Amino acid sequence: MVHGASSGHPGGSLGCTDLVVKLYFDRMHVVPEPFNMDGAGEDLFFLSNGHISPMWYSVLARRGYFPVAELATFRKLNTRLQGHPATEEGLPGIRVASGSLGQGLSVALGAAQAKQLNGDDRTVFTLHGDGELQEGQIWEAAMYAAHHRIDNIVSFIDCNGQQIDGPTDDVLSLGDLAAKWSAFGWRVLTCNGHDFEDLDRVIKEADAARGSGIPTVVLMETAMGRGVDFMEGTHHWHGIAPNDEQLAAALAQIPETLGDY
Amino acid sequence: MVDSRFISSTTPTEKKDTRSGFGAGLLEAGRRNDQVVGLCADLTGSLKMNAFKDAFPERFFQVGIAEANMMGLAAGMTIGGKIPFTGTFANFSTGRVYDQIRQSIAYSDKNVKICASHAGLTLGEDGATHQILEDIGMMAMLPNMTVICTADYNQTKQATEALVDHHGPVYLRFGRPSVPIFLKEDAPFTIGKAQNLMSGNDVTFVATGHLVWEAVQAALALRERGIHADVFNYHTIKPFDAAALIESVKRTGRVVVAEEHQKAGGLGSIVARTLAEHQPARMEHVAVDDQFGESGTPAQLMEKYGLNAEAIVAASERVLQVRG
Repeated sequence: MVHGASSGHPGGSLGCTDLVVKLYFDRMHVVPEPFNMDGAGEDLFFLSNGHISPMWYSVLARRGYFPVAELATFRKLNTRLQGHPATEEGLPGIRVASGSLGQGLSVALGAAQAKQLNGDDRTVFTLHGDGELQEGQIWEAAMYAAHHRIDNIVSFIDCNGQQIDGPTDDVLSLGDLAAKWSAFGWRVLTCNGHDFEDLDRVIKEADAARGSGIPTVVLMETAMGRGVDFMEGTHHWHGIAPNDEQLAAALAQIPETLGDY
Repeated sequence: MVDSRFISSTTPTEKKDTRSGFGAGLLEAGRRNDQVVGLCADLTGSLKMNAFKDAFPERFFQVGIAEANMMGLAAGMTIGGKIPFTGTFANFSTGRVYDQIRQSIAYSDKNVKICASHAGLTLGEDGATHQILEDIGMMAMLPNMTVICTADYNQTKQATEALVDHHGPVYLRFGRPSVPIFLKEDAPFTIGKAQNLMSGNDVTFVATGHLVWEAVQAALALRERGIHADVFNYHTIKPFDAAALIESVKRTGRVVVAEEHQKAGGLGSIVARTLAEHQPARMEHVAVDDQFGESGTPAQLMEKYGLNAEAIVAASERVLQVRG
Protein backbone atom coordinates (compact mmCIF):
# COMPACT_ATOMS: atom_id res chain seq x y z
CA MET A 1 0.00 0.00 0.00
CA VAL A 2 2.68 2.46 1.05
CA HIS A 3 4.75 1.49 -1.97
CA GLY A 4 1.71 1.85 -4.22
CA ALA A 5 1.03 5.35 -2.91
CA SER A 6 4.74 6.24 -2.85
CA SER A 7 4.03 7.69 0.57
CA GLY A 8 2.96 6.63 4.04
CA HIS A 9 4.33 5.31 7.30
CA PRO A 10 5.58 1.72 7.11
CA GLY A 11 7.73 1.59 10.26
CA GLY A 12 5.10 2.05 12.95
CA SER A 13 2.58 0.09 10.91
CA LEU A 14 4.71 -3.05 10.95
CA GLY A 15 5.44 -2.61 14.63
CA CYS A 16 1.77 -2.60 15.65
CA THR A 17 0.37 -5.21 13.28
CA ASP A 18 0.52 -8.06 15.78
CA LEU A 19 -1.52 -6.21 18.42
CA VAL A 20 -4.24 -4.98 16.10
CA VAL A 21 -4.61 -8.41 14.44
CA LYS A 22 -4.91 -9.93 17.90
CA LEU A 23 -7.59 -7.42 18.91
CA TYR A 24 -9.73 -7.62 15.76
CA PHE A 25 -9.44 -11.37 15.15
CA ASP A 26 -9.49 -12.66 18.70
CA ARG A 27 -10.41 -10.30 21.52
CA MET A 28 -12.88 -7.75 20.16
CA HIS A 29 -16.53 -8.35 19.45
CA VAL A 30 -17.22 -6.29 16.35
CA VAL A 31 -19.93 -6.11 13.67
CA PRO A 32 -18.15 -5.07 10.47
CA GLU A 33 -21.23 -5.25 8.24
CA PRO A 34 -23.34 -3.20 8.38
CA PHE A 35 -21.01 -0.74 10.06
CA ASN A 36 -22.65 1.19 12.88
CA MET A 37 -21.03 4.43 13.99
CA ASP A 38 -22.33 4.18 17.56
CA GLY A 39 -21.01 0.65 17.97
CA ALA A 40 -23.61 -0.24 20.61
CA GLY A 41 -22.84 -3.68 22.00
CA GLU A 42 -19.47 -3.74 20.23
CA ASP A 43 -15.93 -3.37 21.49
CA LEU A 44 -14.36 -0.25 19.99
CA PHE A 45 -10.84 0.51 18.79
CA PHE A 46 -9.38 3.99 18.36
CA LEU A 47 -6.09 4.53 16.53
CA SER A 48 -4.74 7.73 18.04
CA ASN A 49 -1.46 7.58 16.12
CA GLY A 50 -3.34 7.81 12.85
CA HIS A 51 -0.26 7.82 10.64
CA ILE A 52 -0.03 4.03 10.88
CA SER A 53 -3.28 3.85 8.93
CA PRO A 54 -1.94 1.31 6.37
CA MET A 55 -1.84 -1.34 9.10
CA TRP A 56 -5.31 -0.48 10.41
CA TYR A 57 -6.86 -0.41 6.94
CA SER A 58 -5.28 -3.79 6.16
CA VAL A 59 -6.75 -5.31 9.31
CA LEU A 60 -10.18 -3.72 8.80
CA ALA A 61 -10.39 -4.94 5.20
CA ARG A 62 -9.48 -8.49 6.15
CA ARG A 63 -11.94 -8.39 9.03
CA GLY A 64 -14.69 -7.63 6.52
CA TYR A 65 -15.31 -3.89 6.88
CA PHE A 66 -14.61 -3.21 3.20
CA PRO A 67 -13.12 -5.04 0.19
CA VAL A 68 -9.43 -5.94 0.39
CA ALA A 69 -9.07 -4.69 -3.20
CA GLU A 70 -9.86 -1.17 -1.97
CA LEU A 71 -6.52 -1.13 -0.12
CA ALA A 72 -4.91 -0.35 -3.48
CA THR A 73 -6.60 3.07 -3.44
CA PHE A 74 -4.72 4.15 -0.29
CA ARG A 75 -3.75 7.84 -0.41
CA LYS A 76 -4.99 8.22 -3.99
CA LEU A 77 -7.44 10.87 -5.19
CA ASN A 78 -11.10 10.14 -4.36
CA THR A 79 -10.18 7.28 -2.01
CA ARG A 80 -11.98 6.42 1.21
CA LEU A 81 -8.56 5.37 2.56
CA GLN A 82 -7.21 8.81 3.36
CA GLY A 83 -3.57 9.28 4.35
CA HIS A 84 -4.77 9.51 7.92
CA PRO A 85 -8.01 7.88 9.09
CA ALA A 86 -11.14 9.95 8.52
CA THR A 87 -14.91 9.64 8.66
CA GLU A 88 -15.65 12.20 5.95
CA GLU A 89 -15.59 9.66 3.09
CA GLY A 90 -17.54 7.09 5.09
CA LEU A 91 -14.95 4.32 5.35
CA PRO A 92 -16.51 1.60 7.54
CA GLY A 93 -14.61 0.98 10.75
CA ILE A 94 -13.45 4.55 11.35
CA ARG A 95 -15.28 6.47 14.08
CA VAL A 96 -13.22 9.66 14.34
CA ALA A 97 -10.45 11.33 12.38
CA SER A 98 -6.93 10.99 13.78
CA GLY A 99 -3.52 12.13 12.67
CA SER A 100 -2.92 15.28 14.62
CA LEU A 101 -1.48 13.47 17.62
CA GLY A 102 -2.68 13.30 21.20
CA GLN A 103 -6.43 13.46 20.63
CA GLY A 104 -7.46 9.82 20.52
CA LEU A 105 -7.40 9.05 24.23
CA SER A 106 -9.87 11.84 25.00
CA VAL A 107 -12.23 10.67 22.27
CA ALA A 108 -11.97 7.06 23.43
CA LEU A 109 -12.71 8.05 27.02
CA GLY A 110 -15.80 9.91 25.85
CA ALA A 111 -16.94 6.80 24.00
CA ALA A 112 -16.20 4.71 27.10
CA GLN A 113 -18.29 6.99 29.28
CA ALA A 114 -21.12 6.90 26.74
CA LYS A 115 -21.01 3.09 27.02
CA GLN A 116 -21.25 3.39 30.80
CA LEU A 117 -24.25 5.72 30.51
CA ASN A 118 -25.87 3.32 28.06
CA GLY A 119 -25.30 0.24 30.24
CA ASP A 120 -23.08 -1.22 27.50
CA ASP A 121 -20.36 -3.36 29.12
CA ARG A 122 -18.12 -3.66 26.07
CA THR A 123 -14.54 -2.37 26.11
CA VAL A 124 -12.82 0.53 24.38
CA PHE A 125 -9.24 -0.07 23.17
CA THR A 126 -6.80 2.59 22.05
CA LEU A 127 -3.36 2.63 20.49
CA HIS A 128 -0.84 5.46 20.78
CA GLY A 129 2.73 6.01 19.70
CA ASP A 130 5.27 6.55 22.45
CA GLY A 131 6.37 9.80 20.84
CA GLU A 132 2.72 10.85 20.94
CA LEU A 133 2.93 10.92 24.72
CA GLN A 134 4.84 14.18 24.34
CA GLU A 135 1.47 15.81 23.58
CA GLY A 136 -0.04 17.43 26.67
CA GLN A 137 -3.62 16.40 25.91
CA ILE A 138 -2.71 12.77 26.60
CA TRP A 139 -1.98 13.65 30.21
CA GLU A 140 -5.15 15.71 30.58
CA ALA A 141 -7.03 12.63 29.46
CA ALA A 142 -5.01 10.33 31.71
CA MET A 143 -5.85 12.45 34.75
CA TYR A 144 -9.52 12.51 33.77
CA ALA A 145 -9.78 8.73 33.34
CA ALA A 146 -8.44 7.99 36.79
CA HIS A 147 -10.56 10.68 38.46
CA HIS A 148 -13.74 9.41 36.80
CA ARG A 149 -12.80 5.76 37.44
CA ILE A 150 -13.15 4.80 33.79
CA ASP A 151 -12.21 1.11 33.77
CA ASN A 152 -13.75 0.06 30.46
CA ILE A 153 -10.73 1.35 28.58
CA VAL A 154 -7.45 -0.38 27.74
CA SER A 155 -4.78 1.79 26.14
CA PHE A 156 -1.75 0.37 24.36
CA ILE A 157 1.44 2.37 23.94
CA ASP A 158 3.65 1.43 21.01
CA CYS A 159 7.00 1.66 22.78
CA ASN A 160 9.41 1.51 19.86
CA GLY A 161 11.59 4.31 21.16
CA GLN A 162 11.57 6.11 17.82
CA GLN A 163 10.03 9.25 16.40
CA ILE A 164 10.51 11.29 13.23
CA ASP A 165 13.64 13.14 14.24
CA GLY A 166 15.29 10.17 15.94
CA PRO A 167 15.21 8.10 19.13
CA THR A 168 12.74 9.47 21.70
CA ASP A 169 15.59 9.66 24.20
CA ASP A 170 17.36 12.13 21.92
CA VAL A 171 14.30 14.17 20.88
CA LEU A 172 12.45 14.54 24.18
CA SER A 173 12.99 11.83 26.71
CA LEU A 174 9.81 10.17 27.96
CA GLY A 175 11.45 9.19 31.23
CA ASP A 176 10.00 6.39 33.31
CA LEU A 177 6.70 5.79 31.53
CA ALA A 178 5.53 3.10 33.93
CA ALA A 179 6.05 5.44 36.87
CA LYS A 180 4.34 8.30 35.04
CA TRP A 181 1.19 6.35 34.15
CA SER A 182 1.13 4.84 37.62
CA ALA A 183 1.38 8.29 39.18
CA PHE A 184 -1.57 9.36 37.00
CA GLY A 185 -3.62 6.58 38.58
CA TRP A 186 -3.51 3.91 35.86
CA ARG A 187 -2.79 0.19 36.16
CA VAL A 188 0.38 -0.37 34.17
CA LEU A 189 1.05 -3.62 32.32
CA THR A 190 3.96 -4.41 30.05
CA CYS A 191 4.32 -6.92 27.26
CA ASN A 192 6.20 -7.93 24.15
CA GLY A 193 4.16 -6.53 21.29
CA HIS A 194 5.31 -9.24 18.91
CA ASP A 195 4.45 -12.25 21.10
CA PHE A 196 0.80 -13.31 20.74
CA GLU A 197 0.90 -15.27 23.99
CA ASP A 198 2.20 -12.26 25.85
CA LEU A 199 -0.44 -10.01 24.24
CA ASP A 200 -3.06 -12.57 25.23
CA ARG A 201 -1.80 -12.49 28.81
CA VAL A 202 -2.05 -8.70 29.22
CA ILE A 203 -5.44 -8.52 27.54
CA LYS A 204 -6.80 -11.16 29.93
CA GLU A 205 -5.21 -9.32 32.84
CA ALA A 206 -6.83 -6.07 31.73
CA ASP A 207 -10.20 -7.76 31.29
CA ALA A 208 -9.97 -9.24 34.78
CA ALA A 209 -9.49 -5.76 36.21
CA ARG A 210 -12.89 -4.54 35.05
CA GLY A 211 -14.87 -3.27 38.01
CA SER A 212 -11.77 -1.98 39.78
CA GLY A 213 -12.43 1.62 38.76
CA ILE A 214 -8.85 1.84 37.49
CA PRO A 215 -8.00 2.36 33.81
CA THR A 216 -5.37 0.09 32.25
CA VAL A 217 -2.41 1.03 30.08
CA VAL A 218 -0.16 -1.52 28.39
CA LEU A 219 3.39 -0.47 27.61
CA MET A 220 4.04 -2.63 24.59
CA GLU A 221 7.67 -3.18 23.60
CA THR A 222 7.87 -3.23 19.81
CA ALA A 223 10.35 -2.86 17.01
CA MET A 224 9.58 -0.25 14.41
CA GLY A 225 9.58 -1.90 10.98
CA ARG A 226 9.08 -5.35 12.52
CA GLY A 227 9.71 -8.23 10.13
CA VAL A 228 11.77 -6.34 7.57
CA ASP A 229 15.45 -6.37 8.51
CA PHE A 230 16.42 -3.08 6.89
CA MET A 231 13.44 -1.25 8.42
CA GLU A 232 13.58 -2.71 11.90
CA GLY A 233 14.55 -0.67 14.92
CA THR A 234 15.25 2.64 13.20
CA HIS A 235 13.33 5.87 12.81
CA HIS A 236 14.44 6.20 9.19
CA TRP A 237 11.36 4.30 7.99
CA HIS A 238 8.88 6.34 10.02
CA GLY A 239 7.39 8.16 7.08
CA ILE A 240 8.90 7.10 3.77
CA ALA A 241 7.80 4.57 1.20
CA PRO A 242 9.97 1.71 -0.10
CA ASN A 243 10.98 1.73 -3.76
CA ASP A 244 10.50 -1.27 -6.06
CA GLU A 245 13.70 -3.04 -5.03
CA GLN A 246 13.15 -2.41 -1.34
CA LEU A 247 9.59 -3.67 -1.57
CA ALA A 248 10.71 -6.87 -3.27
CA ALA A 249 13.41 -7.36 -0.66
CA ALA A 250 10.96 -6.80 2.18
CA LEU A 251 8.28 -9.11 0.85
CA ALA A 252 10.86 -11.80 0.30
CA GLN A 253 11.41 -11.79 4.06
CA ILE A 254 7.70 -12.33 4.80
CA PRO A 255 6.55 -15.14 2.52
CA GLU A 256 2.93 -14.86 3.68
CA THR A 257 2.62 -11.45 2.06
CA LEU A 258 4.03 -12.33 -1.32
CA GLY A 259 1.98 -10.63 -3.99
CA ASP A 260 -0.35 -8.98 -1.50
CA TYR A 261 0.24 -5.25 -1.54
CA MET B 1 -42.66 50.14 13.40
CA VAL B 2 -41.08 46.98 14.72
CA ASP B 3 -42.09 43.42 13.94
CA SER B 4 -44.07 42.34 16.98
CA ARG B 5 -43.57 38.68 16.16
CA PHE B 6 -39.98 39.16 17.33
CA ILE B 7 -39.74 42.24 19.52
CA SER B 8 -41.58 42.34 22.83
CA SER B 9 -40.71 45.94 23.70
CA THR B 10 -38.54 48.78 22.46
CA THR B 11 -38.35 50.05 26.05
CA PRO B 12 -37.55 46.82 27.90
CA THR B 13 -37.24 47.10 31.64
CA GLU B 14 -35.76 43.69 32.40
CA LYS B 15 -32.10 42.89 31.86
CA LYS B 16 -30.36 39.53 32.06
CA ASP B 17 -27.13 37.96 30.85
CA THR B 18 -27.28 35.77 27.77
CA ARG B 19 -25.29 33.06 29.59
CA SER B 20 -28.24 32.65 31.95
CA GLY B 21 -30.37 32.01 28.89
CA PHE B 22 -27.94 29.21 28.01
CA GLY B 23 -28.23 27.77 31.52
CA ALA B 24 -32.01 27.80 31.39
CA GLY B 25 -32.06 26.39 27.87
CA LEU B 26 -29.66 23.58 28.78
CA LEU B 27 -31.84 22.55 31.71
CA GLU B 28 -34.86 22.42 29.42
CA ALA B 29 -32.88 20.54 26.77
CA GLY B 30 -31.89 17.99 29.40
CA ARG B 31 -35.51 17.53 30.41
CA ARG B 32 -36.65 17.06 26.83
CA ASN B 33 -33.95 14.63 25.73
CA ASP B 34 -32.14 12.19 27.99
CA GLN B 35 -29.22 11.92 25.54
CA VAL B 36 -28.16 15.49 26.35
CA VAL B 37 -24.96 15.59 28.43
CA GLY B 38 -23.07 18.59 29.79
CA LEU B 39 -19.30 19.01 30.09
CA CYS B 40 -17.63 21.93 31.80
CA ALA B 41 -14.02 22.99 32.32
CA ASP B 42 -14.13 24.41 35.84
CA LEU B 43 -16.54 27.26 35.03
CA THR B 44 -19.86 25.71 35.98
CA GLY B 45 -21.10 28.80 37.82
CA SER B 46 -19.88 31.23 35.17
CA LEU B 47 -21.61 29.23 32.46
CA LYS B 48 -24.79 28.90 34.53
CA MET B 49 -24.66 25.11 34.19
CA ASN B 50 -25.46 24.50 37.86
CA ALA B 51 -29.16 23.88 37.28
CA PHE B 52 -28.38 21.17 34.70
CA LYS B 53 -25.72 19.68 36.98
CA ASP B 54 -28.11 19.52 39.92
CA ALA B 55 -30.99 18.09 37.89
CA PHE B 56 -28.92 15.52 35.99
CA PRO B 57 -25.75 14.78 37.98
CA GLU B 58 -25.15 11.52 36.09
CA ARG B 59 -25.17 13.44 32.80
CA PHE B 60 -22.85 16.23 33.91
CA PHE B 61 -19.08 15.84 33.55
CA GLN B 62 -16.62 18.11 35.31
CA VAL B 63 -13.41 17.96 33.28
CA GLY B 64 -11.27 20.45 35.16
CA ILE B 65 -9.02 22.99 33.50
CA ALA B 66 -8.39 20.80 30.50
CA GLU B 67 -10.30 22.12 27.52
CA ALA B 68 -8.51 20.06 24.89
CA ASN B 69 -9.54 16.89 26.69
CA MET B 70 -13.10 18.23 27.00
CA MET B 71 -13.45 18.63 23.24
CA GLY B 72 -12.18 15.11 22.64
CA LEU B 73 -14.46 13.66 25.32
CA ALA B 74 -17.44 15.40 23.76
CA ALA B 75 -16.57 14.01 20.33
CA GLY B 76 -16.28 10.54 21.82
CA MET B 77 -19.58 10.74 23.67
CA THR B 78 -21.42 11.27 20.39
CA ILE B 79 -20.24 7.74 19.55
CA GLY B 80 -22.96 6.12 21.60
CA GLY B 81 -25.63 8.67 20.76
CA LYS B 82 -25.03 11.37 23.35
CA ILE B 83 -25.61 15.05 22.52
CA PRO B 84 -22.77 16.82 24.37
CA PHE B 85 -22.90 20.52 25.28
CA THR B 86 -19.46 21.81 26.30
CA GLY B 87 -19.20 24.93 28.42
CA THR B 88 -16.31 27.32 28.97
CA PHE B 89 -15.35 30.88 28.02
CA ALA B 90 -15.32 31.66 24.29
CA ASN B 91 -11.55 32.06 24.32
CA PHE B 92 -11.03 28.57 25.74
CA SER B 93 -13.80 27.17 23.54
CA THR B 94 -12.07 28.11 20.30
CA GLY B 95 -8.52 29.42 20.11
CA ARG B 96 -7.20 27.17 22.82
CA VAL B 97 -8.69 24.03 21.28
CA TYR B 98 -8.83 24.81 17.58
CA ASP B 99 -7.08 21.67 16.42
CA GLN B 100 -9.18 19.43 18.67
CA ILE B 101 -12.34 20.99 17.26
CA ARG B 102 -11.03 20.83 13.72
CA GLN B 103 -10.03 17.16 13.70
CA SER B 104 -12.17 15.42 16.31
CA ILE B 105 -15.39 17.45 15.93
CA ALA B 106 -15.69 19.38 12.64
CA TYR B 107 -13.83 17.06 10.24
CA SER B 108 -15.35 14.05 12.01
CA ASP B 109 -18.81 15.73 11.83
CA LYS B 110 -19.61 14.98 15.47
CA ASN B 111 -22.83 16.19 17.05
CA VAL B 112 -21.11 18.41 19.62
CA LYS B 113 -22.52 21.74 20.80
CA ILE B 114 -19.67 24.07 21.74
CA CYS B 115 -21.26 26.63 24.06
CA ALA B 116 -19.12 29.67 24.69
CA SER B 117 -19.69 32.43 27.19
CA HIS B 118 -17.84 35.69 27.93
CA ALA B 119 -17.28 36.38 24.25
CA GLY B 120 -15.97 39.72 23.11
CA LEU B 121 -15.14 42.99 24.84
CA THR B 122 -18.13 42.81 27.22
CA LEU B 123 -16.28 40.25 29.30
CA GLY B 124 -14.92 43.48 30.75
CA GLU B 125 -12.39 43.85 33.51
CA ASP B 126 -10.46 40.61 32.93
CA GLY B 127 -8.93 42.21 29.86
CA ALA B 128 -7.70 41.11 26.46
CA THR B 129 -6.36 37.68 27.49
CA HIS B 130 -9.96 36.59 27.88
CA GLN B 131 -11.79 38.92 25.46
CA ILE B 132 -11.73 36.86 22.31
CA LEU B 133 -12.66 38.81 19.19
CA GLU B 134 -11.58 36.24 16.61
CA ASP B 135 -13.79 33.28 17.50
CA ILE B 136 -16.57 33.77 14.95
CA GLY B 137 -14.03 33.82 12.16
CA MET B 138 -12.20 30.73 13.38
CA MET B 139 -15.37 28.73 13.78
CA ALA B 140 -17.06 29.94 10.59
CA MET B 141 -14.05 28.84 8.55
CA LEU B 142 -14.49 25.21 9.58
CA PRO B 143 -16.47 23.02 7.17
CA ASN B 144 -19.48 21.29 8.80
CA MET B 145 -19.64 23.91 11.59
CA THR B 146 -22.77 25.95 12.33
CA VAL B 147 -22.15 29.29 14.08
CA ILE B 148 -24.79 31.00 16.22
CA CYS B 149 -24.46 34.25 18.20
CA THR B 150 -27.52 35.25 20.19
CA ALA B 151 -28.88 38.68 21.07
CA ASP B 152 -30.57 38.40 24.46
CA TYR B 153 -31.59 36.03 27.24
CA ASN B 154 -34.72 34.74 25.52
CA GLN B 155 -32.97 34.05 22.26
CA THR B 156 -30.06 32.28 23.92
CA LYS B 157 -32.51 29.99 25.72
CA GLN B 158 -34.38 29.34 22.47
CA ALA B 159 -31.20 28.62 20.54
CA THR B 160 -29.85 26.26 23.20
CA GLU B 161 -33.04 24.22 23.12
CA ALA B 162 -33.08 24.24 19.31
CA LEU B 163 -29.63 22.64 19.22
CA VAL B 164 -31.02 19.37 20.55
CA ASP B 165 -32.83 18.71 17.29
CA HIS B 166 -30.09 20.11 15.06
CA HIS B 167 -27.63 17.41 13.99
CA GLY B 168 -24.00 18.38 13.58
CA PRO B 169 -21.31 20.49 15.23
CA VAL B 170 -22.38 23.93 16.43
CA TYR B 171 -20.58 26.90 17.95
CA LEU B 172 -23.00 28.85 20.18
CA ARG B 173 -21.63 32.23 21.29
CA PHE B 174 -23.02 34.35 24.10
CA GLY B 175 -21.81 36.75 26.78
CA ARG B 176 -21.36 37.83 30.34
CA PRO B 177 -23.10 41.20 30.98
CA SER B 178 -26.75 41.85 31.68
CA VAL B 179 -28.42 43.23 28.57
CA PRO B 180 -32.04 44.19 27.84
CA ILE B 181 -34.50 41.40 27.12
CA PHE B 182 -36.26 42.75 24.04
CA LEU B 183 -37.03 39.63 22.04
CA LYS B 184 -40.10 37.48 22.67
CA GLU B 185 -39.52 34.13 24.30
CA ASP B 186 -41.73 32.54 21.60
CA ALA B 187 -40.37 34.54 18.66
CA PRO B 188 -40.06 32.52 15.45
CA PHE B 189 -36.53 31.08 15.58
CA THR B 190 -35.03 28.95 12.85
CA ILE B 191 -31.33 28.17 12.68
CA GLY B 192 -30.03 29.71 9.46
CA LYS B 193 -32.83 32.24 9.03
CA ALA B 194 -32.23 35.90 9.83
CA GLN B 195 -34.90 37.83 11.75
CA ASN B 196 -36.18 41.03 10.10
CA LEU B 197 -36.84 43.01 13.28
CA MET B 198 -37.69 46.37 11.65
CA SER B 199 -38.54 47.29 8.08
CA GLY B 200 -37.16 50.14 6.00
CA ASN B 201 -35.84 51.03 2.56
CA ASP B 202 -33.00 53.44 3.36
CA VAL B 203 -30.28 51.28 4.87
CA THR B 204 -29.87 47.62 5.86
CA PHE B 205 -28.60 46.81 9.35
CA VAL B 206 -26.94 43.42 9.78
CA ALA B 207 -26.23 42.79 13.46
CA THR B 208 -25.44 39.86 15.71
CA GLY B 209 -25.11 39.24 19.45
CA HIS B 210 -25.08 42.20 21.82
CA LEU B 211 -25.05 44.61 18.86
CA VAL B 212 -28.58 43.67 17.79
CA TRP B 213 -30.16 45.71 20.59
CA GLU B 214 -27.81 48.57 19.74
CA ALA B 215 -28.90 48.34 16.09
CA VAL B 216 -32.57 48.51 17.11
CA GLN B 217 -31.87 51.59 19.22
CA ALA B 218 -29.96 53.19 16.34
CA ALA B 219 -32.82 52.45 13.96
CA LEU B 220 -35.33 54.01 16.37
CA ALA B 221 -33.20 57.16 16.61
CA LEU B 222 -32.85 57.39 12.83
CA ARG B 223 -36.61 57.03 12.36
CA GLU B 224 -37.12 60.27 14.20
CA ARG B 225 -35.05 61.85 11.43
CA GLY B 226 -37.06 60.14 8.72
CA ILE B 227 -34.47 57.49 7.95
CA HIS B 228 -35.87 53.95 7.85
CA ALA B 229 -33.48 51.09 8.50
CA ASP B 230 -34.19 47.48 7.55
CA VAL B 231 -32.90 45.78 10.70
CA PHE B 232 -31.80 42.15 10.71
CA ASN B 233 -30.78 39.96 13.61
CA TYR B 234 -28.29 37.47 12.17
CA HIS B 235 -28.35 35.06 15.12
CA THR B 236 -27.02 32.43 12.72
CA ILE B 237 -23.80 33.52 11.07
CA LYS B 238 -23.19 30.20 9.35
CA PRO B 239 -25.01 28.97 7.36
CA PHE B 240 -25.43 32.57 6.28
CA ASP B 241 -28.91 33.70 5.18
CA ALA B 242 -27.76 35.30 1.94
CA ALA B 243 -31.26 35.54 0.49
CA ALA B 244 -32.50 37.88 3.23
CA LEU B 245 -29.50 40.18 2.80
CA ILE B 246 -29.69 40.31 -0.98
CA GLU B 247 -33.44 41.01 -0.98
CA SER B 248 -33.00 43.87 1.48
CA VAL B 249 -29.98 45.43 -0.20
CA LYS B 250 -31.78 45.43 -3.55
CA ARG B 251 -34.12 47.95 -1.90
CA THR B 252 -31.65 49.91 0.25
CA GLY B 253 -28.34 49.76 -1.60
CA ARG B 254 -26.51 50.41 1.70
CA VAL B 255 -25.43 48.22 4.58
CA VAL B 256 -24.16 48.69 8.12
CA VAL B 257 -22.80 45.56 9.81
CA ALA B 258 -22.40 45.53 13.60
CA GLU B 259 -20.69 42.85 15.65
CA GLU B 260 -18.60 42.48 18.79
CA HIS B 261 -15.69 40.90 16.89
CA GLN B 262 -12.68 41.78 14.80
CA LYS B 263 -13.52 43.29 11.42
CA ALA B 264 -11.47 40.51 9.87
CA GLY B 265 -13.14 37.15 9.60
CA GLY B 266 -16.46 37.81 11.30
CA LEU B 267 -20.00 38.51 10.16
CA GLY B 268 -18.86 41.59 8.24
CA SER B 269 -16.45 39.55 6.14
CA ILE B 270 -19.26 37.17 5.20
CA VAL B 271 -21.60 40.07 4.39
CA ALA B 272 -18.95 41.79 2.26
CA ARG B 273 -18.24 38.62 0.34
CA THR B 274 -21.93 38.00 -0.23
CA LEU B 275 -22.48 41.57 -1.43
CA ALA B 276 -19.47 41.47 -3.73
CA GLU B 277 -20.68 38.23 -5.29
CA HIS B 278 -24.39 38.98 -5.58
CA GLN B 279 -25.39 42.57 -4.87
CA PRO B 280 -22.56 45.11 -4.72
CA ALA B 281 -23.38 47.88 -2.27
CA ARG B 282 -21.70 50.39 -0.02
CA MET B 283 -20.97 48.95 3.42
CA GLU B 284 -19.84 50.29 6.80
CA HIS B 285 -18.60 48.00 9.51
CA VAL B 286 -19.04 48.59 13.23
CA ALA B 287 -16.51 46.18 14.76
CA VAL B 288 -13.07 46.11 16.37
CA ASP B 289 -10.40 47.18 13.93
CA ASP B 290 -7.38 44.90 14.30
CA GLN B 291 -6.83 45.58 17.99
CA PHE B 292 -6.82 43.62 21.23
CA GLY B 293 -9.21 44.72 23.97
CA GLU B 294 -8.32 45.87 27.49
CA SER B 295 -9.69 46.10 31.02
CA GLY B 296 -12.74 48.25 31.74
CA THR B 297 -16.47 47.97 32.27
CA PRO B 298 -18.43 46.54 29.37
CA ALA B 299 -20.12 49.88 28.64
CA GLN B 300 -16.81 51.76 28.75
CA LEU B 301 -15.21 49.28 26.38
CA MET B 302 -18.10 49.30 23.93
CA GLU B 303 -17.92 53.08 23.83
CA LYS B 304 -14.15 53.28 23.49
CA TYR B 305 -14.07 50.71 20.70
CA GLY B 306 -17.11 52.19 18.98
CA LEU B 307 -19.55 49.32 19.37
CA ASN B 308 -22.88 50.91 20.35
CA ALA B 309 -25.99 52.57 18.96
CA GLU B 310 -24.23 55.91 18.52
CA ALA B 311 -21.53 54.25 16.43
CA ILE B 312 -24.18 52.56 14.29
CA VAL B 313 -25.95 55.90 13.75
CA ALA B 314 -22.63 57.48 12.75
CA ALA B 315 -21.89 54.59 10.36
CA SER B 316 -25.36 55.01 8.88
CA GLU B 317 -24.72 58.69 8.25
CA ARG B 318 -21.48 57.84 6.46
CA VAL B 319 -23.07 55.21 4.30
CA LEU B 320 -26.07 57.39 3.51
CA GLN B 321 -23.88 60.28 2.33
CA VAL B 322 -22.97 58.22 -0.68
CA ARG B 323 -26.35 58.41 -2.42
CA GLY B 324 -26.35 57.22 -5.93
